[in-house]
Amino acid sequence: MLENTDKLDALIQKYQGQEGILIPLLQEAQELYGHINKELMLYLSAKTEIPAAEIFGVATFYSMFKLKAQGRHVIKICKGTACHVSDVDSIKFALIEQLKLRPGEDTTSDMRFTLVEVACLGCCSLAPVIMIDDKTYGKLAPEDIVGILANYS
Amino acid sequence: MRAITVKVGLASCGIAAGADAVYRRLESYLIESSKMVQLKRTGCIGMCFEEPIVEFDGGDLGKVTLGKVEPKQIIHLLEEYLSDRMPKTNLILADQHDAKHNPLMASQMRIVLKNCGVIDPQSIEEYEETGGYQALKQALSMRPYAVIDLVKASGLRGRGGAGFPTGLKWDFAFEQPGPKKYVICNADEGDPGAFMDRSLLEGDPHKIIEGMLIGAYAMGADEGYIYCRAEYPLAIKHLRIAIQAAIEKNYLGPNIMGTDFSFTLHIKEGAGAFVCGEETALMHSIEGLRGMPTLRPPYPAESGLWGKPTNINNVETWANVPWIILNGPQAFRAIGTQQSPGTKVFALAGKVVGSGLIEVPMGISIRDIIYKVGGGIKNGKKFKAIQLGGPSGGCIPEELLDTTVDYDSINATGAIMGSGGMVVMDEDTCMVDVAKYFLHFTQNESCGKCTFCRIGTRRMLEILDRISQGKGETEDIQRLQELAQNINQGSLCGLGQSAPNPVITTLRYFRDEYEAHIVEKKCPTQVCVDLLTYTIDKDKCMGCHVCALRCPVKCISGKRKQPHVIDPAMCIKCDSCYKSCRFDAVVKA
Repeated sequence: MLENTDKLDALIQKYQGQEGILIPLLQEAQELYGHINKELMLYLSAKTEIPAAEIFGVATFYSMFKLKAQGRHVIKICKGTACHVSDVDSIKFALIEQLKLRPGEDTTSDMRFTLVEVACLGCCSLAPVIMIDDKTYGKLAPEDIVGILANYS
Repeated sequence: MRAITVKVGLASCGIAAGADAVYRRLESYLIESSKMVQLKRTGCIGMCFEEPIVEFDGGDLGKVTLGKVEPKQIIHLLEEYLSDRMPKTNLILADQHDAKHNPLMASQMRIVLKNCGVIDPQSIEEYEETGGYQALKQALSMRPYAVIDLVKASGLRGRGGAGFPTGLKWDFAFEQPGPKKYVICNADEGDPGAFMDRSLLEGDPHKIIEGMLIGAYAMGADEGYIYCRAEYPLAIKHLRIAIQAAIEKNYLGPNIMGTDFSFTLHIKEGAGAFVCGEETALMHSIEGLRGMPTLRPPYPAESGLWGKPTNINNVETWANVPWIILNGPQAFRAIGTQQSPGTKVFALAGKVVGSGLIEVPMGISIRDIIYKVGGGIKNGKKFKAIQLGGPSGGCIPEELLDTTVDYDSINATGAIMGSGGMVVMDEDTCMVDVAKYFLHFTQNESCGKCTFCRIGTRRMLEILDRISQGKGETEDIQRLQELAQNINQGSLCGLGQSAPNPVITTLRYFRDEYEAHIVEKKCPTQVCVDLLTYTIDKDKCMGCHVCALRCPVKCISGKRKQPHVIDPAMCIKCDSCYKSCRFDAVVKA
C-alpha cells in the first residue's frame, strides 16, 4: 500500500476537473516519491478515474518517468551530436568503471548514483558534458571523473 | 559621468562554465566597496566558447566585453576598466576599440537575438525600454486580418525546419469558425546539437510572448500554450517570471491594453520524447496522452488541441513577429533572399572555433558561416562535413560549402534547414559512425506507431552496426538505400520520413568511407574500434612493461627490456596501451 498520501491527495485535488492533467500530475507525483511504481499508478487511477492502463502507457512513453527507484544523485550523460564527436563515450566508460556498474545496471548498489543518457543538454560548446543533479560539468576528460564524483555522497 | 554597468551572462551555458561564481564574486565585492557600479544579469550573447562572459559599459572606454573570465580575475579586470585601462587578456568585443571577435560579431545580423545577452530577461521594464510590447500595441490598433496580411507580405517561413509560410498558416486558422481557438509555441527543441530555442527563451522570453499575443489576436485565439522541454529548467523559470510580469502589466489576461482582446498563456513542460516536436504529437502530449502523431488532415488549423482550431509555430518564428510588425514587411524582405527572407539563428557546434549561437541573414554561404562567423576549424584540422538539421537532416561535404543558406538550396543538397543545429565535423570524424549515431537516436525516439519507422530503422541500424564492426557486405549499401526509401514512404510523421536522411546523405557524399569499412575492413579515421588492430613495434618497444600493467585484460606479454607482444584474440581495444606508451611503440591501424 502507498503510504503518506496527504501531499499526493492535495496534488490530485489541485488538478481535479481539469483537462490534460496526467503528465503534470505524474511529474509532480514523481517529485514526491522519486519514481512511479505500480502502487502509485493504481492509487492515481482510483482517485482520478483515469484507467491504469492509460497511466502506464503515458509513464512508459516519456523518458522522464522512472519506474524504478533512482540513486540519490542522477548523472546525465549528454548524447548530443557535439558531445558524440567530442568522444563523450570515454567519459561514459570512465563513469561506468568508477561506479562499478555491471552491464544492464544503471544504479549503484548503495543507491548513491544513477547513470542515464540524455538526448542533448544544450551546452554544445562545452562538449563533452555531463550533468549531476542540476549542475553541469563541461569540457571533461576521463581523468576528471574521480574528482567530480567525490563531491557527492 | 554615466553609471557603470557590469553584466554577467547567466544563461545555462554561462552557468555551466562558472558564470555564477563570477557573479557572486562581483556581488560581494560591490557590497563591500560601495563603488557606483550597477551589476546586472543577462542572457546568452551567443559566444558560448568564451563563457563565462562579462560586459562593462558606461566608462570612457565604452562597451567592453570580456571572455573566459575567472572569479579570481574579475575584480582586477573591473578596477582596470574603472581606471580607463583596457583589460587586455580577456578582451573579446569592444565598441570603440579593436577586439579579437569584433569581426565575428560584425558578420552577423541580429533581429531575433537582438536582446539576448543585452537585457535582463527577468525584467519586463528592460524589454519595454527596447521597444517591447510596442508591436502588440500597434497590432491591436489594426484589424486582425490586416495583421495576417502583413505577416504574409513579409514572406516569413516557419523556423522550426519545414519552412512553411507563416502568414498562410495563420490564414488557415483565421478562416476556421470560433469562438475557441488555440495558439501554441513549440519549444520542444529535441534535436541533439541545437540550443537556439533555449537561448532565446532564457535570454528574451517576452519577445516570444509578444509574438504569440500578436498571432493570437490576428487569428482570434484566446488561449495559448508554450510547450517547453523539461530539460530546460532556466528557460521555464524565465518564462514563468515573464508571464507573471506581463499579467501585472495587462499584456496578458482579460481586456489587454484596454481592448476587447483577452488571452491566457500556459506553460506545459515536456516529459522527454523527441517525437513531441511533431505538431500532432505535441498536442496529444498537452492533452495528457502519449505523444504519438496522427494522420493529417485534419490539420491542427481545422482540428487541433481538444478538437479546436489551433496554430503551432516554433519559438524563433514567434520571435520574428514583433520585429515584422514594427518595421514592416518591406524591411524584412530587404534581408535574406527572395524565397527565404529574414535571418536565421543557428547553433554552431562541434569542431569549430567559435561555437555558440549566431544569427545570419539568409543567403549567406555555409563557408562564410564556418570561416567568417565561426572562425574556422578547431586545432587547425581539415574540414570534412557540416551536419544540418539534426537527426532529420544530413551532412554537407566540402565541395558544397558554397551552398547558400535558404530553405530551397539546403534541401537540394539532401540536408534540411531544420531548426538550426549546425555541427561541424573535421577529418577525425567517421561518417559511418555519424550516420549510426543519428539512426540510433531516431530508432530510440521512434514512437512505434508506424512499422517502417519502428522496425525499419532497427534493421538499418543493425546493418550499420555490422558495417562498423567489419562484418559488412557489399550488398549492404543497396539494402540501406531500399530500407531508406521504404521508411521514408511508409511513415506517418516527419520523424520517420526523415529518419534515413543522415544515412542517405553520408552515402551520397562519403560512399568511399562506407566502402572502406565494407571492402577493406578499415575505418579511415580510426573511430570504429572493432576495425582497429593494436600491435607493438618491436624496434621502438623498450620493454618498460607499462602497457602490460595498464592493460585491463592482461593481453600484453613480454620480459622486461624485451619487446612486448599484444595477443589480438584477447585485446578489447580499450586504447590504454596506446595512451600509456611513452615511446610511440603501440601502433593502431
